[in-house]
Parts: sequence; structure tokens; C-alpha cells
Amino acid sequence: MNVLDVSGLAVRYGDLTAVDGVSLSVAEGETLAVLGANGAGKSTLLAALAGMHLPASGTVLLDGAPVTRVPAHQRVRRGIALVPEGRRIFGSLTVEENLLMGRYPKRPGPWDLRAVYDMFPLVAEMRDRRGGVLSGGQQQAVAIGRALLANPRVLLLDEVSLGLAPTVVAQLYDAVRQITASGTTALVVEQDLDQALRVADRVQCLLGGRTVLEAPAAGLDRDTVADAYFGVSHHPPSPR
Amino acid sequence: MDWLNAGVQGVLLGGQYALLACGLSLIFGVMRIVNLAHGVLAVLAAYLSLVLVQQGLPLWLAIVVVVPLFAALGYAVQRGLFNPALAQVGQDAAGGARGAGELAPLLVSFGVAVALTNLLQEVFSADTRKIPTGDLASAGLPLGDLSVGVLPLLTLGVAVAVIAAVQLFLARTSTGRAMRAVADDAGAAAMTGVDPKHMYAVATALAFATLGLAGVFVGMSTQFSPGYGDLVLLFAFEAVIIGGLGSLWGTLAGGMVLGLAQTIGAQIDPQSGVLAGHLVFLAVLVVRPGGLMPRSVQA
Amino acid sequence: MSRPAAVPTITRGGRGSLVGGGVMLLVVVLLAAVVPYVVTLGALSSLVMLFALVILGTTWNLLAGYGGMVSVGQQAYVGVGGYALIQLADAVGAPPWLAVLAAGLIGAAIALPTSYLVFRLAGGYFAIGTWVVAEVFRLVTMRIDGLGGGTGLSLSAFRGTDRVERVAFVYWFALALMIAVVLGTYLLMRSRVGLGLTAIRDDRVAASSLGVAVDRGRRLVYVAGSAGAALAGALVALSTLGVTPGSIYSVSWTAAMIFIVVVGGIGTIEGPLVGAVLYWALQQALAPLGTWYLVVLGVVAVGVVLLAPRGLWGLVAGRYQLFPTGYRVGAVAPDATVARRAGE
Ligand SMILES: Nc1ncnc2c1ncn2[C@@H]1O[C@H](COP(=O)(O)OP(=O)(O)OP(=O)(O)O)[C@@H](O)[C@H]1O
Ligand SMILES: [Mg+2]
Repeated sequence: MNVLDVSGLAVRYGDLTAVDGVSLSVAEGETLAVLGANGAGKSTLLAALAGMHLPASGTVLLDGAPVTRVPAHQRVRRGIALVPEGRRIFGSLTVEENLLMGRYPKRPGPWDLRAVYDMFPLVAEMRDRRGGVLSGGQQQAVAIGRALLANPRVLLLDEVSLGLAPTVVAQLYDAVRQITASGTTALVVEQDLDQALRVADRVQCLLGGRTVLEAPAAGLDRDTVADAYFGVSHHPPSPR
Repeated sequence: MDWLNAGVQGVLLGGQYALLACGLSLIFGVMRIVNLAHGVLAVLAAYLSLVLVQQGLPLWLAIVVVVPLFAALGYAVQRGLFNPALAQVGQDAAGGARGAGELAPLLVSFGVAVALTNLLQEVFSADTRKIPTGDLASAGLPLGDLSVGVLPLLTLGVAVAVIAAVQLFLARTSTGRAMRAVADDAGAAAMTGVDPKHMYAVATALAFATLGLAGVFVGMSTQFSPGYGDLVLLFAFEAVIIGGLGSLWGTLAGGMVLGLAQTIGAQIDPQSGVLAGHLVFLAVLVVRPGGLMPRSVQA
Repeated sequence: MSRPAAVPTITRGGRGSLVGGGVMLLVVVLLAAVVPYVVTLGALSSLVMLFALVILGTTWNLLAGYGGMVSVGQQAYVGVGGYALIQLADAVGAPPWLAVLAAGLIGAAIALPTSYLVFRLAGGYFAIGTWVVAEVFRLVTMRIDGLGGGTGLSLSAFRGTDRVERVAFVYWFALALMIAVVLGTYLLMRSRVGLGLTAIRDDRVAASSLGVAVDRGRRLVYVAGSAGAALAGALVALSTLGVTPGSIYSVSWTAAMIFIVVVGGIGTIEGPLVGAVLYWALQQALAPLGTWYLVVLGVVAVGVVLLAPRGLWGLVAGRYQLFPTGYRVGAVAPDATVARRAGE
């Protein structure tokens, strides 16, 4: 049974079609990585899945039930939690208050404050600081913790690595790996191919709002993905 | 002696201004709307309680009726008028005429103010009124050689209680936390399950409830008319700015500074009380370095 | 106004604005050469009020529609203009037409230092801050010796002038002034400064990165808009032969400006013309009902902001444009659209 089933999703900004007929599915416990260059439509896809930007056409099923037009605040109550691009921490709330916002939907499940603090000990030390004063990596950890506290059926992660130092990225992906390994269903958007391949079971690559490659993560050839990134056709194989 | 008296009266008057300012700063803090109908709404509350008292209701019961009524009104105004106006912010039409855009909430609240002021004028005439309070209005407590009015003291007490309650609500409850989250980033709050439109309406309901209460106290202590709302708006605004944007306790301090400026100004020249208050406000504007950029609500 | 990267033809106006311009010219000729000879003196005086409203709306639109500043305190300058006119005409003995123009300059001269004060407030706080300033102006005016305290002043410069002559003079002068203000505003918006302001208005991000230039542009707009309000105040005092602090400094002037601009169409030159005519007509028609017309105006303004945010002119704009301030893109070739996509 798939947790998430998306078919023919199209999302527009005015005249611009940013996501153009994307279909995907994520099975229980699986991690799907969505890859693509800047402007490929990855964030737009996640925004549509989270209900932040309603699609022009297509359907989104959560555990088989349609949620295509359900507004964002109700969608998280149903179990789709988004870690948005740019993290969007509440700057005037303390770290702990930021995390508690994740408890707002009151969904039962394994994640509570203690579990998040265990996963991110640095965040625990910062619990009384205001969100606005944290470093980028700390904010990213808080954003992930906030989403986990909603105990989502599916966790959507948008470019965890954005603007962070490689060591910080590696640490964060250690945590993401723990999260996905523990059985959380996840959809990870990432430009950093190495990190994505560390956590993903399957990979789907977008270009210009369309799917150009779908493949299992294991044994995936870097060049194949790189070609798909930039729209070089991979059958027949590129001359490079 | 007279100066001391003016000082005490000024501080007490500050309580009334702070109570009036509470809702103004709450609405601004949560959704960045400056509600230009704030003053006339306070006057509306005064008229409503006047009518109820004239119908034979005891004053406390009138308050019990007016405050929840105003909360409901606040919820409805937010849902029906301010939310649609907010939806236009950042939605400027491309090319040619751009529409009200960012100015929409301000303009809507101004339209409401104009309509409501003149509606009250048609219904109640421009004559000044006062809510009868029996002995309360004239009762005084001896304090040394001074007599401190019971009503102003009561108003100050209510202001302190309301501010403390609102601050506690914002700091300690999960709804208060969600309200601060929405003020920070409505979209991110929606991602955590908060409905921003509903939360805005709850904030406005709370603001209107405090405003309704403030309006009744204004009506008990002051001769009011429909046009008095303009002054109420200006005084509340001045209290917020003088106190510095941020916490409601600052607003209380700002209200007291304004009250002091007015009573001491009136002591110097009986005609100049209001002017002195305005001038102190402008002086604060000049002195503050870098001007004043509005901040959002804080616990 | 997003401008495509590849644009085949750019025009200002077009046939629509030619037709519109013709209509405008006809209206002006009618107002100048026909109307004064066929309507009553009372009607002429009331038309003077219409011209003042056009000036008020046009200049408030300069502030809000182009400068993004909602001032609720423009009555400060209406009042300054009114008092200045009477002082200049009566105490100094300047000819009325000169006194009106000088009153406008005085308004500008006072607006400049005031801007440094009110510009410390942003957005909605600016709105109430300007209102406080207007109150201060009123209260101070009432305290200055020789300005008549709470009862105000009456104009005596016209004493001994024939009524017909006086009304006719005020009418033509007001008409000329209105045309000058509208054309002046149009030219200002077409100038480098104006186009810069339009760009700022349409692109907030660029606005914040331009800093100083933005502030200078906004200050210019504030001073010009306030001068306009002072001119209108002077006209009102000239036409009604006096001022009282309560009415010349009334916030209802600003209410009128806001209504005129919002209902007519904010951010266009034509909108305030339409709005002023509508406001004036409503005022004339509903006057017997007391202040009900203000209730109606308030409700209509709310309705327009929420339901037709571009105002009445916005409903027809695009088809006609009397004053082409922006550039319009003519027939865009299909491949230009493609080029734009690719460019992004
Ligand atoms: N709010 C918006 N309004 C208009 N166009 C937008 C908006 N957000 C994104 N776009 C456009 O939609 C397309 C897809 O953007 P999106 O942010 O989804 O890409 P992305 O794959 O997440 O890229 P990145 O790696 O840079 O985050 C881009 O062409 C972008 O310019
Ligand atoms: Mg993205």
C-alpha cells in the first residue's frame, strides 16, 4: 500500500507551469529522493503536496484518500509534514516553542520532544534561545524536529543541505538516515546527489517540471543522473 | 500640590490609554493591520453600554454583554473584511492600475471608520453623552492631601489586569504560541497545522474584547460623541509609539507618559493638555534614533 | 509591470488615448467657455468645490498610488492653505490669485521639514502619525494670535467686488488651477522621477535596494502632494470666503481624498478624476439626507477595495487611457514569449 500516490500533477504560477504532469508514489517506509537542477520544480512539487500551493490539475492521494485540494493546515493534521526550503523557523519563538508548534496537530506517534532532543543534542542545549539567533544548521535541525513532532505519515524534506557547510550537511544527513531507517516514510528533495543517494531507496529526477528519470538508488550511475539533471538524453548514452 | 495632583491624575489616565491601546497593538502585532476604526469602535462600545444601562441593566451586566459581543464582532470583522483585504496584500495587479494592494487593510478600516462614525451620528446625534455610574464617577480615596478618583484607579487596575492576562495568554497557552507563530510567518504556521485565517480572527476577537471593555470605561469617565473616536485612536496610537513597540507593558508606560503630558500640559495652560500630549509624542519620534520600525508581538 | 525581455513594439497610449484626449479637451472647453454662461452662481461655486476635490484626489493619489504612503493627515495642508490665503490676501494685500499660489508654496515649505518627522513612521503608523501632525497644526493655529482662535477668519479681500465678477473669477481660476495640477502630476509621473517611483511601486525588492533614491522620491512626492492640498485649501477658503479651524482642518478632507482615489482607481491619473466627479455628485444628491452620504461613502469605499480593487477606472482602463504614463506593449510576437521563458 502506498502512503503517497501522485498522478498527473500540474502546478502553475500564472502562465508558468512549474510542475508539468508529475506522477510519483512512495510506499510505506520507503524514501524517495527527488532530484533536479535549480528551477526544475522540486520545491513547487513539495509545496503542492503540502497544500501550500494548490495544483491546477492532477491528484494527490494520502493512504488512498484524495487530499488534492485540502488546505495546508488540514493536510498536516492528516499526516503530511513539510520541512520547507529556507527552513522558515519562527524567529521570535524559542527553540522549544518552535518544536512545540510541531505538536499543534496533536498526532500520536513515536516522536516527542525527548526523542527530538536525543536526535539533535545541540538543539536541546539551545532550547531557550530564540529561533532567529540560531545558525543555519541549527535552524535546519529545528525545522526537521518540528516536522517530526507532527508524527507524519510522510515527511517532506526540501533541500536540507541548502547553504550549509559540508560537515553540517553530513551531520544532518546522518540524522535523516536515522529517521528514514527507523521506518518513517519520506520524500527528500536534494541537489546534493551524494547525500540523496545515502538516504534514498529510489530516485526520481525532474527537469523543467517533468520526470526525466526514475530509478532505484542502489547502483545508480552518477553520470546517468547528471545527464538527466541537465536534460542530456541518456538513451542512447551520452558521448561523455 | 496642584502639580502633584496633575501627576497622579496623569498616571491614572495612562491606565485608560493603555487599555485602549491594547487591542490596537495586538492587531498590529499579529497581522500588521493598523485598524483606523479602532477609536470609533471604542465609542460604539460606549454607546452600546449606555443604551443597555438606559434599558435598566446594571453596569456590570452591560459590560458582561458588551465584551463578548465585541469579541464576536471582532471575529466577524476579521473574517468578513480584514482577511479579504489581507489577501490583496502582495497581489498587485500587473501593469497599469495596480489596485489597493498593500494599502487595502488600511483603506478598508478607514472606510469602516467613516461609515461607523457617521452612522453613530445619525443614530445618537452629535451631542455628548456619558454613561451614568452613580457615585462611582465622583468617589475619591484620600491619599495624603490628594483625592484619588476611584474610577480612574479602577480603570488602571483593569488595564494592568488585562495586559497581564493577554501577556500570559500569548506566553503560556498553545493558542497564544500559535498566534505568535502566525505573526512571525503565517505560511510556516499553516505548515504546522494552524489555520492563519482563523488565528487572525481569534486575535481580532481578543483585541475587540479588550477594546469593548476599554470603550465602556471611556464612556464612564469621559463625555463622548461619535467624533470622539478620532481622539481615542490618536491617544491609543500615541501610547503604543511612546511606549516603544514590543511588549504591552511598554504600552502601559507609554500611556502613562501621554497621560502625564496631558495633565501637566493642562496644568500649565488649561487649553493645551491635548496639544502637550501630541508634542511629547512628536518629540519621542524625533529623539528615537533610526525611526520606528514596527515589530511583531512578543511574549 | 513586468516587462518582457524581447519586445517588438512599445507604445505610449494609442488610439484609445487619442479619443480620450479629444474628449478631455472637449470637456475643458465646455467647462471654460459654455458652463459659466448657462448655470447659476450657486452651481458655479459648487463646481469650484469639484475642482478642489479633483486637486485633492489627484495629489493624494500621488502620495498613496505612486509613493505608497497613506496619509490620513493631508487636512494639515488644506488648513495651512486656507489660513495662508486669507492672511496673504487680507493682511499682506496680495492679489487673490497670487495668494493662492503662494499658499501652495507655503504648504510645500511646511511639508518639507514635516516629512523628516513623519517619515520615521512606516506603513500604517505613518497614517496615524500624519493625523497627529494635522491635529497639532489645528491646535497650534487656534493658539496663534490674529488667526481668530476657535472661530477662524473670514476673507475680506473681495469686499466691494461684484458677486458675479467674484464667482466668475474664482471659477475660472479654479478651473485653470485644476488643469495645471492634473497636467503637472501627469508630467511628474512621466519624468524620470515618476517612472522611477512607478518602478519602485511595482517592485518592492528593487525598492529596498535603492534606499536613498527611494527616500528622495518619496519626499518629493510628499511635498508635492502637500502643496496640492494647500492649493485646494486656498481655493476652498477663496470660494467660501473664510475658514474655521474645525472644518478646514477636518479629517473629512482626507476621507474625501481617500474615497475619490480608491473608488476612482488608485495609482492612475484618470482614477481621481472619475472619483472626484462621483464623490461630488453623491454629495450633491445625498446632501438633504444629512451625514448619511458619508455612511454610504464609507461602505462603498470598503466594497470597492474588496471587490474591485482597481476602482471604477480600473474597470475600463486598458480600453482607454487618457494619460499614458506607463509603456504598453503592443502585439507581442509568439517567439518573444518563448524567448522570455528561456531567458528565465
Ligand atoms: N512564487 C513563485 N512565483 C512565480 N514563479 C515561481 C515561484 N516560485 C517558483 N517559481 C518558478 O517555478 C519554477 C520552479 O521553481 P522551484 O522553486 O519549484 O524549483 P526548484 O526545483 O525547487 O529549484 P531550486 O533548486 O532552485 O530550489 C522556476 O522557474 C521558478 O522560477
Ligand atoms: Mg527549491
